[in-house]
Amino acid sequence: MTGGCATLRDRGAQPATRARPATGRAAHRQVEGRSLFLLLMALLLVGAMAIGLCVGASGMSTADVLLALVRDTGRTHDIVWMLRLPRILMAALVGFGLGLAGSVFQVVLRNPLASPFTLGVGSAAGFGAVTVIIFFSPGHHLIGVAVGAFVFSLLSAAVMIAVARMKQASSETMILTGIALMFLFSALTSLFQYMGTMQQVHEIVFWFFGSLSRAGWREVGLAAAMILSPFPPLLRAAWDFNILIHGDESAASLGVHPKRLRMWAVAAASLITAGAICFTGVIGFVGLVAPHITRMIIGSDHRFLMPGSGLMGGLILVVADTVARTAWSPQVIPIGIVSSFIGVPFFAFLLLKRTREYW
Amino acid sequence: MLEARGIIFAYKGHKVLDAVHADVERGEVVSVVGPNGAGKSTLIKCIAAIHKPQEGAVRIDGKDPLVLSRREVAKQLAYLPQSLLCRFPVSVFETVLSGRRPYFSWRPSRKDVEKVEQIIEALALSPLATRDMDQLSGGQRQKVLLARVLVQDTSYLLLDEPNAGLDLRHQLEILETVAALAREKETGVLMALHDLNLAARFSHRILMIHRGRIIAEGTPFEVITGERIREVYGVEAQVTRSNGHLNVHVLRCAGEDPQTPAHGL
Repeated sequence: MTGGCATLRDRGAQPATRARPATGRAAHRQVEGRSLFLLLMALLLVGAMAIGLCVGASGMSTADVLLALVRDTGRTHDIVWMLRLPRILMAALVGFGLGLAGSVFQVVLRNPLASPFTLGVGSAAGFGAVTVIIFFSPGHHLIGVAVGAFVFSLLSAAVMIAVARMKQASSETMILTGIALMFLFSALTSLFQYMGTMQQVHEIVFWFFGSLSRAGWREVGLAAAMILSPFPPLLRAAWDFNILIHGDESAASLGVHPKRLRMWAVAAASLITAGAICFTGVIGFVGLVAPHITRMIIGSDHRFLMPGSGLMGGLILVVADTVARTAWSPQVIPIGIVSSFIGVPFFAFLLLKRTREYW
Repeated sequence: MLEARGIIFAYKGHKVLDAVHADVERGEVVSVVGPNGAGKSTLIKCIAAIHKPQEGAVRIDGKDPLVLSRREVAKQLAYLPQSLLCRFPVSVFETVLSGRRPYFSWRPSRKDVEKVEQIIEALALSPLATRDMDQLSGGQRQKVLLARVLVQDTSYLLLDEPNAGLDLRHQLEILETVAALAREKETGVLMALHDLNLAARFSHRILMIHRGRIIAEGTPFEVITGERIREVYGVEAQVTRSNGHLNVHVLRCAGEDPQTPAHGL
């Protein structure tokens, strides 16, 4: 018996002065690597935003842009401050929110397919927007559509949580409820499209493409409040998420309330999702894929995975938006389409290359 | 002392545990044995506060776990589930480290990390430390989970079939580690086990549970007899004693003629 008991006995007698074992050093390096990854992602995001700021349909030079940033240069100043900057900030924020929300949904529901859009929160937002477009046209405003989307996405999250509460809050119940809600809202949306006029249908289709062009400073501010305010409490629960990976029972034995955690985390992630998509429409793919890409690179420690997924999501959307604005200039391709075009090959590449098999 | 008094637990109107008592002293290893569905796991889970019994109480050194915070309980009482989910890539080191969770909130202290290193070394898991859990064999995985409850550094340990599905060597390694823990760290261990021979060999006391009731309690020699095995498991068995060890030889299903195969097949 060389395994268990013989060495266990030595444990107390061994002085703590001996060299740090290799296991600890390796683990320490892992943590350092992950911090480095976060830093790198943040730099990449800022870099992508800077590039995005400098390119666009108006053909301004980088020098013009820099000048317009600091001084009132008339038309170029307006383009940079009123169009490009809020749009790029919005792309970063929405990407960050969807990536973060996706990582939370995936861990609390313990399912790699969970994301804001596979769980009905996205299609409920779509339905809310469609309802406003149909019933309040032609007098509706963009802000009205956003409110509709916001209210319905929170409503669907509330239904999901309420059902889960009645049925023990297991992850399976929540996922199935979410999927059922997704089909329900999709069906309702189709019904309204079927009943709507050409003009309305056009607007609906456009909303579902997803667009960042509706973003002004006010929208950026509101989205930032809804996306960033749930972030600190979620981050504080990072270790609870790490433990929840191994199942509810083992989490409970380590001091976590799995059901309570799941309820409020889903609520928080839904708020983030609602804030992210109510002004921009359906930009679905990022929420599913950003957490996976990040997890393939740095693993599942949620202290790093949550901010990492957010930064990854932001990066994907900022790059996608830049491509969307420049690839076919002066036409702007809807961001939802481009983000999938960019995200899918990258995801497929990682999927084929990965060494970790985990689902 | 860890004790459960008069635990009644019903699931959808079906009584799984009926006024069950159980207790473990520090430094003592107690096994719960009984057939499938007898209530072994449920008893362990009720004591671990994963299930909430309809009636009865659990006391950890005289304290009510329902009054303490979950984190406080987690410093007193560790629980090893039958199986652990593994949906996302988590390394061995991270998994073991998560057992220290009751002691830190964001950044594990140096002491936490050292403890994890020591236990990983003690269980000879060092070569696997940076591997992902899903790359391990069943026996290795179970050792990692045992390491995780060991770093939790509790006075009492609840194990739900810790050696299910493992090969002979891993079974012995796990149980030897548990026995060493009770001996050297005065940990009180309550575990559900299927193998009567192993239960007899590694336990100070045995609780035999059948249809939600404790039907026998005492030393292995007192509890495990041919008669009880027939009554509880429906199996003819011969119980012998050699070199101070108890040996159970399973002969055949009870109530059937040994000459004809079962069910007339």
